[in-house]
Amino acid sequence: MIKAPQTPVAQTPMATSPLIDRRDERVRHDDSFAGSLRSFFDRVRSGDLGSLPVIVGLLIIWTVFQTLNPVFLSASNLVNMLFDCSTVGVIALGIVCVLMVGEIDLSVGSVSGFASALLGVFWVNQGWPVVAAILAAMAIGAFIGSIYAFLFNRFGMPSFVSTLSGLLAVLGLQLYFLGSTGSINLPYGSWVVSFGQIQVMPDPVSYVLAALVGIIYFVSRYRTASRRKAAGLSSGSLGSILLRAVILTVVLEAVAIYLNTSRGIPWMFGLFALLVIGMNYALTRTQWGRSMQAVGGNREAARRSGINVARIYMSAFVACSLLAATGGLLSAARLATSSQQAGTGDVNLNAIAAAVIGGTSLFGGRGSAYSALLGIIVIQSIASGLTLLDLSSSLRYMITGAVLAIAVIVDSLARRSRISHGRA
Amino acid sequence: MSEPLNAVSPRQPVLSLRGISKNFGAVSALTDIELDVHPGEVVALVGDNGAGKSTLVKVLAGVHQPTSGMILFEGKPVTLPSPSAALDLGIATVFQDLALCENLDVVANIFLGKEMSPYQLDEVSMEVRAWKLLNELSAKIPSVREPIASLSGGQRQTVAIARSLLLDPKLIMLDEPTAALGVAQTAEVLDLIERVRDWGLGVIMISHNMEDVRAVADRIVVLRLGRNNGIFSPDGSNEELVSAITGASNNSVSRRAQRRQAQAPIAQENRP
Repeated sequence: MIKAPQTPVAQTPMATSPLIDRRDERVRHDDSFAGSLRSFFDRVRSGDLGSLPVIVGLLIIWTVFQTLNPVFLSASNLVNMLFDCSTVGVIALGIVCVLMVGEIDLSVGSVSGFASALLGVFWVNQGWPVVAAILAAMAIGAFIGSIYAFLFNRFGMPSFVSTLSGLLAVLGLQLYFLGSTGSINLPYGSWVVSFGQIQVMPDPVSYVLAALVGIIYFVSRYRTASRRKAAGLSSGSLGSILLRAVILTVVLEAVAIYLNTSRGIPWMFGLFALLVIGMNYALTRTQWGRSMQAVGGNREAARRSGINVARIYMSAFVACSLLAATGGLLSAARLATSSQQAGTGDVNLNAIAAAVIGGTSLFGGRGSAYSALLGIIVIQSIASGLTLLDLSSSLRYMITGAVLAIAVIVDSLARRSRISHGRA
Repeated sequence: MSEPLNAVSPRQPVLSLRGISKNFGAVSALTDIELDVHPGEVVALVGDNGAGKSTLVKVLAGVHQPTSGMILFEGKPVTLPSPSAALDLGIATVFQDLALCENLDVVANIFLGKEMSPYQLDEVSMEVRAWKLLNELSAKIPSVREPIASLSGGQRQTVAIARSLLLDPKLIMLDEPTAALGVAQTAEVLDLIERVRDWGLGVIMISHNMEDVRAVADRIVVLRLGRNNGIFSPDGSNEELVSAITGASNNSVSRRAQRRQAQAPIAQENRP
């Protein structure tokens, strides 16, 4: 190969930068603080909204409900919200996986209900050890996902249809397994129920974890920056990384202090957050995640570059059903019961709506694990706010539906804007 | 690739086809195709629609398997049962529709399916390698961290070519590399092809555009109805080339040219 220019130092001091990725003088590089603000506004204007709409929406929702009922933002209500959003949030995390490859799973509600029924049947009725019952329910959930993927890969069956029929079939299985009794109460004293209803982090643990998040953020960013510097690429300054890490830590600590004035941060929410962070890592920093994005963006291109597309679809559907089953187990723990109602009603659509509201595109190839977290907080805020106002569930459905419609409109408009700005 | 021309003697073809035939049922798409590509040589593959160019490229890319005949790669007989087998040998293909993921950035596209350290993507090394590749191609890409959707047609073609060069191939095939490009972008891609040739790679280029073919090709191989129909030098006459492509000296192109010539003197005579 022809050698790259050996002396990166500028011949003409104006034109050439010593950094490999800063040599094209046509591009404006926004390295300063004002510059990064400017590029942020440019991105937003071109339709690359990221999680901005959902954060703005969340602020509006919180302001409205707080003015209507001052209990809304009280620590005890927020702790309850964190308990509630963990169950559907885990399901929404699975939905992010299938949306990422441009497919859908409409049966997550049924799968979660079926998993909770299996927990009751295996653990309470059959007397299995609780861990075995949990693992069996999760394995069966994952198996359901593999059936969808098989139908999709082998017969080209659209996931919309296969999961719609799965919705009915799995709901039937749930009713069949529960039998005539209809519901099974889980033992109150068990750690499962106490995990779902009571257990919160001790205050010191929550502070240490919040600080740990900030430290890990700083260390990973700093290592990347110094590696980029060593490789001759542009890198963020130490100061800006430190500033972000400090802000992140301060915000998390403040939240922890506030929530600790009530019961504290639920361990169940800790599990949810851990799953979100893990999924975010898997989607952004591994070959699997890159392949997921590629398959969602352009399936044929992914196939030609040697990605095993069928296996990626399989992993997406299995991950979705597995997480749906996990969410079902969490909600069984939360309600201390396996009932015929579990997973029915609005669970399905809340999970899908959460992923979409959080900013994962319905069109595939675009999204993040954090959208499940943000989206479910929005949905749970609406639900909790309306409950506090003593409004009926009819209004709650209508308002949640309207918010979902707005979220999809924002997604579609942003997509159109991205295309016209060449960022699709 | 780092030692151009010296590694393989220029006289030994990097790729030779001997009697390659491909039948789809009763249809013979290719019959007894002979083709040699030397290192540091651009071979243009031309022919009318249905001449078998794309079939030949797909055979060489490992997408189709030949019905009969022999493929020699660097003098050794090889089989190409799958696209990855062709890639592993060192045959890279840039398809006409480029096959890029518009939602991913340039680095992700170049390394798609070949990412460094799969469980903790090495973004820094990948970005450095991407810049190196693009600089070697003297490519004008403003930023490798922008999604492909923000690039122009020529820049996308550049990214597709850079991606095909990632695995240090010995032969690169380009299917209609200039089909959708403007004047300046076409020139840039032709420059790119010459640069790749100067590194000592064999280049096979399919094109319908005779001007582009003449600009960069060292030899022009004409296919007609799935058979070899002559090898031309880029300096040869246009008439010969066109008649080899269309199969007769009396064809719509030559008739059109004759009409023009016939009209020109008349137009002059009519002038006072």
